[in-house]
Amino acid sequence: MASAPQTVASEDVALSVRDLTVSLPAGMERVHAVENVSFDLKRGQILCIIGESGSGKSVTANAIMGLLPKTIRASSGAIFLEGTNLVGLSSDRLRDLRGRVVSMIFQDPLSALNPLMTVGEQIEEVMAAHAVGSPKSRRSRAIDLLSEVGLPDPQLMYHQYPFRLSGGQRQRVMIAMALALEPAILIADEPTTALDVTTQAQILHLIRDIQRRKGMSVMFITHDFGVVAEIADAVVVMEKGRCVERGSAEQVLKSPSHLYTRRLIAAVPHLTGKDRIPAEAAAQASILKVECLVKTYRSGSPLFRTQRIVPAVNGVTFDLAPGRTLGVVGESGSGKSSLGRLLIKLLDSDSGAILFEGRDVAELSEAQFRPLRPKIQMIFQDPFASLNPRSTIGQILTVGPIAHGVPHKEACEQARELLSHVGLDAGTFGRYPHEFSGGQRQRIGIARALMFKPKLLIADEAVSALDVSIQAQILKLLDQIQRETGVSMVFITHDLRVASQICDEIAVMHRGQIVERGPPSQIFLDPKSAYTRELVAAIPGEQPRGARALAGVNEHWRDIAKNEERL
Amino acid sequence: MSGFLLNRFSQSIVLLVIVSMIGFTVLNFMPGGPLAQFGLDPGMTQKDIERLAEQLGLNRPLWIQYFDWAWRLVQGDWGHSFRDGAPVLAVIGRHLFATLLLMGTSTSLAIAIGSWIGIRSATHRYSLFDYCATVGAMVALSVPTFWFGLIGIYIFTLKLGWVPAGNMYTIGDGSVLDYLHHLILPSLVLSLVHVAIWSRYMRTATLDALSQDFVKTARAKGLSERRILLKHVVGNALLPMITLAGVQLPSILTGALVTETIFTWPGMGRLFLDSLGYSDYPMVMGLLIFSAILVVLGNLVADVLVAFVDPRIRLS
Repeated sequence: MASAPQTVASEDVALSVRDLTVSLPAGMERVHAVENVSFDLKRGQILCIIGESGSGKSVTANAIMGLLPKTIRASSGAIFLEGTNLVGLSSDRLRDLRGRVVSMIFQDPLSALNPLMTVGEQIEEVMAAHAVGSPKSRRSRAIDLLSEVGLPDPQLMYHQYPFRLSGGQRQRVMIAMALALEPAILIADEPTTALDVTTQAQILHLIRDIQRRKGMSVMFITHDFGVVAEIADAVVVMEKGRCVERGSAEQVLKSPSHLYTRRLIAAVPHLTGKDRIPAEAAAQASILKVECLVKTYRSGSPLFRTQRIVPAVNGVTFDLAPGRTLGVVGESGSGKSSLGRLLIKLLDSDSGAILFEGRDVAELSEAQFRPLRPKIQMIFQDPFASLNPRSTIGQILTVGPIAHGVPHKEACEQARELLSHVGLDAGTFGRYPHEFSGGQRQRIGIARALMFKPKLLIADEAVSALDVSIQAQILKLLDQIQRETGVSMVFITHDLRVASQICDEIAVMHRGQIVERGPPSQIFLDPKSAYTRELVAAIPGEQPRGARALAGVNEHWRDIAKNEERL
Repeated sequence: MSGFLLNRFSQSIVLLVIVSMIGFTVLNFMPGGPLAQFGLDPGMTQKDIERLAEQLGLNRPLWIQYFDWAWRLVQGDWGHSFRDGAPVLAVIGRHLFATLLLMGTSTSLAIAIGSWIGIRSATHRYSLFDYCATVGAMVALSVPTFWFGLIGIYIFTLKLGWVPAGNMYTIGDGSVLDYLHHLILPSLVLSLVHVAIWSRYMRTATLDALSQDFVKTARAKGLSERRILLKHVVGNALLPMITLAGVQLPSILTGALVTETIFTWPGMGRLFLDSLGYSDYPMVMGLLIFSAILVVLGNLVADVLVAFVDPRIRLS
């Protein structure tokens, strides 16, 4: 562990955390959520706290805000704000500081706003709670704030309910709310994680911009080193409740001293700009050929003129060679998930053809398609929800093949074999899903999909719910499996960096259409369409901003981390 | 919104037709029939009974009887009671006030008390209050209402003499105070079960609202716990409760069979039981249709209310 900074309260420190320990209730997997954490947030700086899930980064933020749940409390240490220790402060004093001196914004801007109150009311509420201004002055201030965070037509926006706003707009409202009383410190808890990459870029820009303009201090919590490279002045790296490294962004990104930091940086997927070397030369015939596929969602009733028509997939055409991976990349609402569901016929298409091994499956009935189902398998996004908690892993793996007529004994043998293949030990077979971590569950999900010896795998955001280090392992596993079995893959993701790791070819989807298709080198280095250019430009940490760019840096640390692992 | 209403309205009509058909058929397949009670009357010959059947139209095929009844119903003629020949609608009207008074009082009481208990249980989760509320609700739900009614009469009427044992008013008095005096015991007994149900649902809804992210946002804004509860939690917790209230609305007008019988309350519930006993088919069918309309209406009102309160539905 790096030595704690010695200065306790100098002039340029806005917030100082000293040896903070937060205990968890008895019976949890560890005793402390956060243990002996110390760091300083300097005035007018952005401090990024980075760590994977369970690292204690959010607990630290909540401890500062005095928002810890009743069962968890700061057992020792101190948090100094303007010379006052926040640990042990009365709830009234803390409440007075919240929103006025320290503000916070959250990960999911959809659920963080009250659905029953207008945007304006919710912003005014902060000022009213701290008895600032009159109703009239509060109102004009709210409208000023809305325009300050770059929302269009603030007068109108003031009267809007949150459900009318897009994710990015909601996060802007949250920021406006947090700025209402000009706080000295803004705590941002993964504020861009739930947003699309282009929106994320805008929000990061906005936070940076406002921070500079107001000279505010920002504590920015994230799991993404790309975001760190984009925005941080200083960095604190946390692992399992401990602070393992701290320093300037420059220093931590370029010469990380702790092994964990190096591993974390190395695991961040980044644009290679290089094309993947396929296992073997592509066969002549393509395994999957999609022609002019169309799916339109209709809701409401045409009779009462309340019908809404959403073209989810609008004339998509592509083909996929055996043993290759096609990445389908797009932002939320681009139709990429609908496309995945159409391919596996969880959804019926309106028109167009899906030629699987030369046969059009789009027009087959469920009964006709059933014998083909084993050949097309899916890996789901959420490794927690996609495994039945009441079944053992063995049952989960074998139930499908047995239903398709494979003898029980043979299916079990095959399941054990596959489990060891995806890197799980033999004991896994008889255990239940809750005994496994997210990454292990995703391995189980992959083993399940492989039980049928499929020709085509459809992975819908298969690594999106995982921490970066686990993500890297799963991507490696998928790559290895493809090289061994020659399975073809459609890899659906919102993350261009992930796509660049595993795909031979990438299709960029926008509003139900493929706007560009090509090898990663073309998509990332020489994008043809304006939308792709925008998308690539928005990827955090990839733009060469002098020495801050992550690309190249992590290549270096990847090699070093590998060497260290070997030792 | 108007499209939604039109849609719901047409669905409701279909539903009412189906309910009335099933009700009519089941009623007429019951053994005996409306004239069976005259079978043992030595003063009635077989001929008399046949003449009566002819007069009342009971000798026609069932489907003709149904359409005749339904056609009259649509025109506003709900038929006449077999018992005393009074128009069905007029009889319903006579009993409506009593039921409205009793059920209205007990339901308002139940919602007020139940909401309070539910919200407090949620904010003081796993406290002594919460445990007592849970046990209390379980007792109130598992012990039958008539037992509470009888025990109430035993203690408060026979032993203490505080309240009357039954009826809606004292003959010859009938002042507002007299009505209220008669109302106390039955409305309290009746509200017990509703308090239990309502408090349980309210507790769950409040806990759900409390765990939402916007409550955390409100805390981060520095709002007081009181304001968070009133402005952010309760409003969102009440949304699902409106639907529950809609389901309970019909019972306000159709009455409570058991409670009205125990307290000899002249309401709709007792009317229904009595009519069944007399095989008064027009009356029973009338009450059935009346409550079916109320159920449909109650749900519709709840949906409109939810739409009114929730901007996500109102504005889209």
